[in-house]
Amino acid sequence: MDMTTNSQLHTTPLPTREGQGGGSRSLIVSALDHGTVIDHIPCDRLFEVINLLHLDQMTSKVTIGFNLKSHKMGTKSIIKIADRFFTDEELNQLSVVAPNVTLVIIRDYEVVEKRPVVLPDELHGIVHCDNPKCITNNEPMATHFHVVDKQQGIIRCHYCNHEQDIKNVKLV
Amino acid sequence: MQIFNTEGSCARAFMNRSFVTIADHSREKIEYLIRMAQEFERHPNRLLLQGRVVATLFFEPSTRTRLSFETAANRLGARVIGFADPKVTSGTKGETLKDTIMMVSNYADVIVMRHYLEGAARYASEIAPVPIINAGDGANQHPSQTMLDLYTINQTQGTLDNLNIYLVGDLKYGRTVHSLLMAMRHFNPTFHFIAPDELAMPEPYKQYCSEHGIRYVEHQDFDADVIAGADILYMTRVQRERFTDLMEYERVKDRYLLKLDMLSKARDNMRILHPLPRVNEIEYAIDDDPHAYYFQQARNGLYARQAIICDSLGITLEDIMEDRTII
Ligand SMILES: [Zn+2]
Repeated sequence: MDMTTNSQLHTTPLPTREGQGGGSRSLIVSALDHGTVIDHIPCDRLFEVINLLHLDQMTSKVTIGFNLKSHKMGTKSIIKIADRFFTDEELNQLSVVAPNVTLVIIRDYEVVEKRPVVLPDELHGIVHCDNPKCITNNEPMATHFHVVDKQQGIIRCHYCNHEQDIKNVKLV
Repeated sequence: MQIFNTEGSCARAFMNRSFVTIADHSREKIEYLIRMAQEFERHPNRLLLQGRVVATLFFEPSTRTRLSFETAANRLGARVIGFADPKVTSGTKGETLKDTIMMVSNYADVIVMRHYLEGAARYASEIAPVPIINAGDGANQHPSQTMLDLYTINQTQGTLDNLNIYLVGDLKYGRTVHSLLMAMRHFNPTFHFIAPDELAMPEPYKQYCSEHGIRYVEHQDFDADVIAGADILYMTRVQRERFTDLMEYERVKDRYLLKLDMLSKARDNMRILHPLPRVNEIEYAIDDDPHAYYFQQARNGLYARQAIICDSLGITLEDIMEDRTII
């Protein structure tokens, strides 16, 4: 795992062939020819994202940029993971831990997809209900939430109807 | 009545027939169930459910609600199985709700359940191959109470539309007033909230009113002049244990008691409702006053629950109108 903690790392993923003519040193570190880039991660969420995606157990190359300058956010973090693509379920989890990150999928030097990872309308088996008297906390079953306000990040338990703020949720 | 050919569609259809919350019900569905209950009020004793088995599973005791459901089933000729006391069930031995529900589904055509956990009925309705009727799940929902409240309001006023409904007492924890408020959104009501500060109507419900165009007025006083505007005066219990400050309880407890002289300016059509049990929030002298209606309201629970059970079993209003099993 490469760890770069300043702006020497390129913040936009350029699918440049490694070592190809004229690329700067930083570009070589950041370039990804096949894999996933997760951009615009709030810095206070970076380590939760690392834990969530089990990046510490990854055998392929992972590049992490922390405290990078961002026009949009002030500072941001970015993760580039070689040869790894995430399932919808993993991305749904990601949307809970770090709302509105940008997902870039690169296959064979081509950016094939670039989009924000937004909260889905429903969350199945991803977060805990904070109501101790909820059936989901007392029965071996999956939780289910309705996202009632994507902007404010408010979710409502399908079973007990309690609402909670996505910022305070615990993952299952 | 419909017969389903494949097991899958049968299970799905029954799942949809569960009665878990009233908040999702349309105006048409509410009016339909009221029509059904009216038929049962005319003829409560029938053999419409002969050969059927109704299970009543009370994971939390509630004698009043259980007797009402069991009477509803018995008066329609069904057999009733179940338990009234969670101590006798294996739930205390660590059996999951799912296992209990799946086991009982093998025996019963419909399960009426009360549970201390919120969302228990919703979950049961998703896993059970037979319909589930929610007889109360913790602080969450008690939709059959709301159904009988709606039935009673309609019965006493001749309509559910454009009424002035006064909610008095514990508006914070009282799930019956919350469900009633949500169910009435189809009928252009004006609500009046009368409660001590500590038990005031919670902000999310006021927001719900605003979002659904429901007018509401909050009152400080509870006296003859305020009551003069009411069509329905819905009383609830102000319980001591709800107060964090007992001094505050002592200070306000008598302010929300309904006394006979407070009815001096009441409209003729005004009726006093109460989900019962009453402790001391309605003076006993009021029981003989023509505005008192809480005992009739409780009796309506029978008809409302007969309608709920039949609807969950796929019996239609038409079936009931053509019913030849009236005793
Ligand atoms: Zn819940």
